[in-house]
Amino acid sequence: MPSYTLDINNKIYTVDVDQQMPLLWVIRDFVGLTGTKFGCGIAQCGACTVHIDGNPVRSCSFPVMGAVGKKITTIEGISANIDHAVQKAWIELQVPQCGYCQSGQIMAATALLKRNPKPSDSDIDAAMQGILCRCGTYQRIRKAIHRAAELV
Amino acid sequence: MIAQSFQYESPRTIKEAIELLQKYGDDAKILSGGHSLIPMMKLRFASPEYIIDINRIPGLSYIKEEGGMLKIGALTREAEIEHSDLLKKHFPIFGDVTKLIADPQVRNMGTIGGNLAHGDAANDHPAVMLALNATVIAAGPDGERAIPIDEFFFGFYQTALQPDEILTEIQIPVSQHGTGSAYHKLERKVGDYATAGVAVHLTLDKNNTCTSIGIGLTNVNPTPLRAARSEQALFGKELTEEAIAEAAKYASEDCSPSSDLRGSEEYKRAMVAVLVKRMIHKAAERAKA
Repeated sequence: MPSYTLDINNKIYTVDVDQQMPLLWVIRDFVGLTGTKFGCGIAQCGACTVHIDGNPVRSCSFPVMGAVGKKITTIEGISANIDHAVQKAWIELQVPQCGYCQSGQIMAATALLKRNPKPSDSDIDAAMQGILCRCGTYQRIRKAIHRAAELV
Repeated sequence: MIAQSFQYESPRTIKEAIELLQKYGDDAKILSGGHSLIPMMKLRFASPEYIIDINRIPGLSYIKEEGGMLKIGALTREAEIEHSDLLKKHFPIFGDVTKLIADPQVRNMGTIGGNLAHGDAANDHPAVMLALNATVIAAGPDGERAIPIDEFFFGFYQTALQPDEILTEIQIPVSQHGTGSAYHKLERKVGDYATAGVAVHLTLDKNNTCTSIGIGLTNVNPTPLRAARSEQALFGKELTEEAIAEAAKYASEDCSPSSDLRGSEEYKRAMVAVLVKRMIHKAAERAKA
């Protein structure tokens, strides 16, 4: 099997995986970072969102080769002590219910705030529309992003 | 949710990619953004034996104006199109359309070339390209050829691209003064395929006469559809409410939507008429601005 060198959360990992494997499986099953979730597997739900060079993308439909030479950030990589403004706001407002989609939500929210430090409601809706939350925590997500914008 | 086994290739040049396409023929599929193809493979709607990933080929991602032409590289991501200052200034229709394509994560991967080459009448760029009278550039073993957009879409997931050709660039004539364009689609929820979508591109002279007009329809026909009779109803005429209503009526008559979960045939035809009217008004407003 081919060997790939990946930069995940500023750490270099070398993995021997099948060339057909999407990035999500590499991150979860080979690198062992299980914060990124498998949701639908067909690029519909957004639970598997990670950053590639700072942009949120769906790792379930991303060929592992496409990530070689790029900076991959997963939920584990956004802060060392769970103290990113978005995480703090998430805890303060108790955003998650079941929590399954939340790492995807947080990855999309951090990418949004980097590009747009003071997003409006409609900016948030536009940036977050790619991640489904079955529990319907959307109102709290929106509130928490506003709160995170204050905390940054 | 696991695709059928395939061999993955990652060529570094267009020439290499074409050689691979020649070798594998119909058994190969080109991967660009992959956000249509990979889900289709996982759902086993598609099972190519070879995947030729063109993302490592440099020089296919750009937006530039050159010799009166807007040129967009096939690998340009939807997100780059969405945030391009050049397009915001001269082609606001790209702002309309990209915001309606799937969602931000998909737009960070999805490419304009893939959106067209996929040949899906439900995709949004085809109607826009019809309205803008685009030309598609394809590279093959014998060099490049230009394909007018009206000759590009053939049938269900079928385009004029040969198995050994790669779509490399989209060219759009830069509009003269007094031109406006607009796109909108009706969707059940954000990121859905269109229930119906309409792209309009028009030029008005100082007498409010329509001196150029392009109208493209999304997902209301087996292939992306040019509303030719609607265009004729407006071309060379004053842009009156009557003329607009006539154009809207023709578009709703000439498309052939199928009844499905997004709505009945009658509903879709009615929505085509509404959207044609609205997009003509919006394009005309922009033309006068």
